[in-house]
Amino acid sequence: MSVVEVLFVLLGIVAVGSALLVVTTNQLVHAALWLVVCLGSVAGCYLLLSAEFVAWVQVLIYVGAVVVLLLFGLMLTRAPIGASTDLDAGLGQRAVAALTAGGLAGIVITALVDAFSGERIDLGGDVSTGSSASAGSALFRGWVLPFEVLSLLLLAALVGAIVLSRRDVGVEPEAADGGPT
Amino acid sequence: MTATVWASPLVKGFGADPWWLVLGKALFIFVFLVVMTLFTIWWERRVVARMQNRIGPNRVGPAGLLQSLADGIKLALKEDIIPKAADKVVFVLAPIISTIPAFMAFAVVPLGPRVSIAGHPTNLQVTDLPVAVLYILAVASVGIYGIVLAGWSSGSTYPLLGGLRSTAQLISYEVAMGLSFVGVFLYAGSMSTSQIVAGQANLWYCLLLAPSFVIYTISMVGETNRAPFDLPEAEGELVGGFHTEYSSLKFALFFLAEYVNMVTVSALATTLFLGGWRAPWPISLWSGANHDWWPMLWFLVKLMLFIFVFIWLRGTLPRLRYDQFMRFGWKVLIPVALGWLLLVATARALNNEYSVNRRDILIWGGGAVLVVLLLSFVWDAVASRRAANDADDAEAEFDPMAGGHPVPPLPGQNVPALVGGMTTDHVHDPSRTEDDQ
Repeated sequence: MSVVEVLFVLLGIVAVGSALLVVTTNQLVHAALWLVVCLGSVAGCYLLLSAEFVAWVQVLIYVGAVVVLLLFGLMLTRAPIGASTDLDAGLGQRAVAALTAGGLAGIVITALVDAFSGERIDLGGDVSTGSSASAGSALFRGWVLPFEVLSLLLLAALVGAIVLSRRDVGVEPEAADGGPT
Repeated sequence: MTATVWASPLVKGFGADPWWLVLGKALFIFVFLVVMTLFTIWWERRVVARMQNRIGPNRVGPAGLLQSLADGIKLALKEDIIPKAADKVVFVLAPIISTIPAFMAFAVVPLGPRVSIAGHPTNLQVTDLPVAVLYILAVASVGIYGIVLAGWSSGSTYPLLGGLRSTAQLISYEVAMGLSFVGVFLYAGSMSTSQIVAGQANLWYCLLLAPSFVIYTISMVGETNRAPFDLPEAEGELVGGFHTEYSSLKFALFFLAEYVNMVTVSALATTLFLGGWRAPWPISLWSGANHDWWPMLWFLVKLMLFIFVFIWLRGTLPRLRYDQFMRFGWKVLIPVALGWLLLVATARALNNEYSVNRRDILIWGGGAVLVVLLLSFVWDAVASRRAANDADDAEAEFDPMAGGHPVPPLPGQNVPALVGGMTTDHVHDPSRTEDDQ
């Protein structure tokens, strides 16, 4: 095995291990922090595959923005220091959750192995496959429709969040007077 | 030009240094940033003192230059306190997470052109990536964790509030900051810092992309939590903000991170907008200005200029209120950045696809902007006249005890003239002395 392969396997182990810790730790904020470790090691995997644009975007968006916002939301509502045992699920729920997660992992792994098992990336020579130019042209030429559909979905989620959080919208004026403004 | 850049994981001309040279450069960056921190703290205290008609620190060393070093030693010798309610591991980890990214970001900043060190031709830059500016943004966003975790793990209310404020601030202003970079990327054709400096050989981007430069300058003050945007540390509201519970070296690390961040964003501004290490105009006429070690001097001068602006702002501007600050970030800075980006992208596309030259774009674009401005002035005039007419009809009566509490008059409410009896009572009150008034 080459150095890159060894590092890739190590990062993979870290990613899977920290992902398991996200769902098993009973400290709320620590779960979010393990998620950071997990996403960070995935970014490391991208970096090893010479997809540095994707790797740094992963760090910028997922590590730097999404999980920070998650922590932000946690802290605005409740973020106790120490274990929060009241959040533990029962045995039945755990079994269903494990089954769902296992099934999903199985589907994704099967799909990926089926699609890319014979694919080889030559990391020694031309590595322009991971550059911002190739990522950009792939995204805005071949994948432009999924990209736009996805952004529409995110927009819908954004509008939905605003509608849900604003209680004064769509309420009769008389009723709105009594509620919080 | 760009094709050769993207063909290798590192920008051309990098990655060929012997190991001792890389180590030496990394060590230099570390020492440089620490020395800059010590110097900036002293400089800030001296400049602010001068602005407030004081002298400032002048006892330790010549002109007080060693004051920050003495303060650092004092901090290191103080007792290190960890609150009982704190999450110990995260509490210790937070200042480290905050400091390391601050240093890491500086690795891709070009300090000068290609020089020869001990017979090895090398760039005055630790390394460069095709996505170097993205790397700086990513590393800076990791630094946010230091603040949010410090606030949370202290197990205390004020740090938690301060941490939340900081995080909201950094996330909001990071968006405007990232948008202001895009214009530079579009013109330089690359995200690599050395390529961006090379792209400014003829015209600095602070002239070509002036709105981007202004947006970046504002958002970099917001990013570093400095006055007038130092809300996370608003003493009157939040004690010390996210580092209230920190003491000794852990506190010193936060301090170090703040000043290193200040140096880094200034260096980034220099690199992206002020031509990096390139000599300013009258000096650039001299043919040797952009060769050998001279550029490092120009770079340092520009860096110091930005740091002086930071200090100047702190000495002159009052702190913004939190809601004003957020409104400014989301409702002014980001829309303006987006609108400007649209203009830049259109101009670039016209230039690339239809080879319309820059002057035509300027004339037509300027004309369009003028028309829009004129229309908005007319609109404003009509709207304000209508509003004035409406306001005449709707002058509300002022109720000093609205809702059962004494309240000040609100905009649009008629304040009745003070009753004569009240004032005379006050003046002739026999129980009051002259001093009370």
